[in-house]
Amino acid sequence: MPLRLEMRLERSRRLEYLVPVLSVLLALAVSGLLLLMTGTNPLTAYGEMFSEAFGTSYGFAEVLVKATPLILCGLGVMLAFKMLFWNIGAEGQLHMGAWGATAVVMTGWDGSPWLMVPAMVVAGMICGAIWALIPAFLKVQLNCNEIITTLLLNYVAILWVAHFIYGPWKDPESFGFPMTKQFPDGAQLLRFGDSRVHLGLVFALLAAVVLYFLQEKSRWGFEIAVTGNNPTAAEYAGMNSRRNILLVMAISGGLAGLAGMSEIAGIQLKLLKDISPHAAPYGYTAIIIAWLARRNPWGVVLVSVLMGGLYVGGETVQITMKLPVNFVLIIQALILFFVLGGDILSRYKLVYRREAPIGG
Amino acid sequence: MEADLSVLIIAILQAAVRSGTPILFVCIGEIYAERAGVLNVGLEGLMLIGAISGFTVSFTTGSAPLGVAAAAIAGGLFALIHAFTTITLRADQIVSGLTLTILGTGISGFFGKAMIGQVGPGFDRLELPVLAQIPVLGEIFFRQDAMVYLSFLLVPLTWWVMFRTHLGLAIRSVGESPATADSLGVSVTRVRYGCVVFGGAMAGVGGAYLSLAYTTMWVEQMSGGRGWITLALVIFAGWNPAKAFLGAYLFGGAEALQLRLQAVGLGIPTYFLMMLPYVLTIAILVMASRASLRRRLGAPAALGVPYAREER
Repeated sequence: MPLRLEMRLERSRRLEYLVPVLSVLLALAVSGLLLLMTGTNPLTAYGEMFSEAFGTSYGFAEVLVKATPLILCGLGVMLAFKMLFWNIGAEGQLHMGAWGATAVVMTGWDGSPWLMVPAMVVAGMICGAIWALIPAFLKVQLNCNEIITTLLLNYVAILWVAHFIYGPWKDPESFGFPMTKQFPDGAQLLRFGDSRVHLGLVFALLAAVVLYFLQEKSRWGFEIAVTGNNPTAAEYAGMNSRRNILLVMAISGGLAGLAGMSEIAGIQLKLLKDISPHAAPYGYTAIIIAWLARRNPWGVVLVSVLMGGLYVGGETVQITMKLPVNFVLIIQALILFFVLGGDILSRYKLVYRREAPIGG
Repeated sequence: MEADLSVLIIAILQAAVRSGTPILFVCIGEIYAERAGVLNVGLEGLMLIGAISGFTVSFTTGSAPLGVAAAAIAGGLFALIHAFTTITLRADQIVSGLTLTILGTGISGFFGKAMIGQVGPGFDRLELPVLAQIPVLGEIFFRQDAMVYLSFLLVPLTWWVMFRTHLGLAIRSVGESPATADSLGVSVTRVRYGCVVFGGAMAGVGGAYLSLAYTTMWVEQMSGGRGWITLALVIFAGWNPAKAFLGAYLFGGAEALQLRLQAVGLGIPTYFLMMLPYVLTIAILVMASRASLRRRLGAPAALGVPYAREER
């Protein structure tokens, strides 16, 4: 293989900033080629996506609606990444959070939002946390590969929710649709103005602030960072990384659970199938967000808003230009691939040279 | 009544082989990649790429074998991306694999939109002469389709390549100690590229089994987690193709059993039955992890670690 990497003497600062920007542009260019193949003018499509998402106040409000669960899930996944724990299970934790919040409503309670909403928040976060603690526990006790367990638990959680909305919790007046009754007023999150932006966005921003202080200013945040960078050193320093993994995953799952709770209490107003978009589920997009945000809570907020724009733009061209929604996934994946490659290239040079024999 | 029961059991085992076959293909491919030291968690995406390209080609040409060939090529090409990012660029194998899954899901959904609702040609049941007449075993194993027989051949072949040939030795040494392999004149890069691309091709074929034999249509995200189940299976099998053979049918059995139980209706809610393959996978992974805590279970030592000669 004549292509080889050579370490750069100095990390290219310029490339470090250029990489994310170039990655987005390259991803759009490559997916533009796909659009051309299907006979769509990519420039028209991108123009429409951008102006719908960021050019109108209605569109931007919808961007924030999409960004809300993305920020919450993204923060959770990012925190786990910091400890080198691969939480691919935000999607399942989100579903369990939505289930837990619905369980509060299904007791038949119809009270004041001042009581109901906090109860639903707590229930949703606990259910999400429990779902995340299963793989965390298996990891610390048995060193069970968490990538596989967190992911497989997504399928289980989605089936668990399906069981309830097709069965015991199904609204008898839903004409056979798998969904619960609409939540009473007290179980609905406050919306701002005429938009669908709801209190969940405040939860998400608060979570970003709290995580920022936890990560950057607390001793515990320092422990997490050390454990992620050098697990052996952390052990020697007397840090309890087993306990930290459990704690981190409880928070991570709790945040995803909160995303599920706020999505059904703020947007759907009932528990139903596809709480998160089938074509590009929030829990999976959160993994991309956490990676692109470079372990920074504010980065998560920023990237989530951009991804929210991609969702809204994608939905628009799905309707106006009949483009398959999966298009959003392709752009997401391509951005990530280019960032992945670009990161390496800011540290190394790619040179074309034949492999020399050892010692030669 | 007894005769009925044995018919039922044979039917379930027959279905277990069918359900296990796609997983077996993918697992054999991943054993090559992981034995060479490269983890590919993008199997789910590669299966989808294989399923849609296999279906599209067989639907347009009318030939299912051509579909399988197309699936292998497409799977190999997409795995080439993973090979480039992880071997040449030394990027994180997990992130690259996850990205591949997302890309595969997106691409297959994008190009699959036109194929939704179509029924294409597929592999029919092909009873093997003589063998199919063996009582019980013949019924379970030799009244299947041509792709199942292909997977039967692949298992001993992989075992032979891996443990009895120079190529296999090279693959295993690259996965255990790339620096040593390099100093002995084995090209780490070339072996790893080959294994990852072959693994991708097999994942493509496994995906094509779903759209050309298991069913004869394309359904979005039809792999349904089988790529992830395979990752657990590779660990369970201890990177050994012979054990993968048994393991794949165990997982296939869980799927076949839950489908059968749904049909019978034992009062167990349908959605709980559908959880069975996923829960079983986790249970088996737990057992394999416990076993490997007691004695190391042959995970390639350099699995997941990029190789850079200058950093030896």
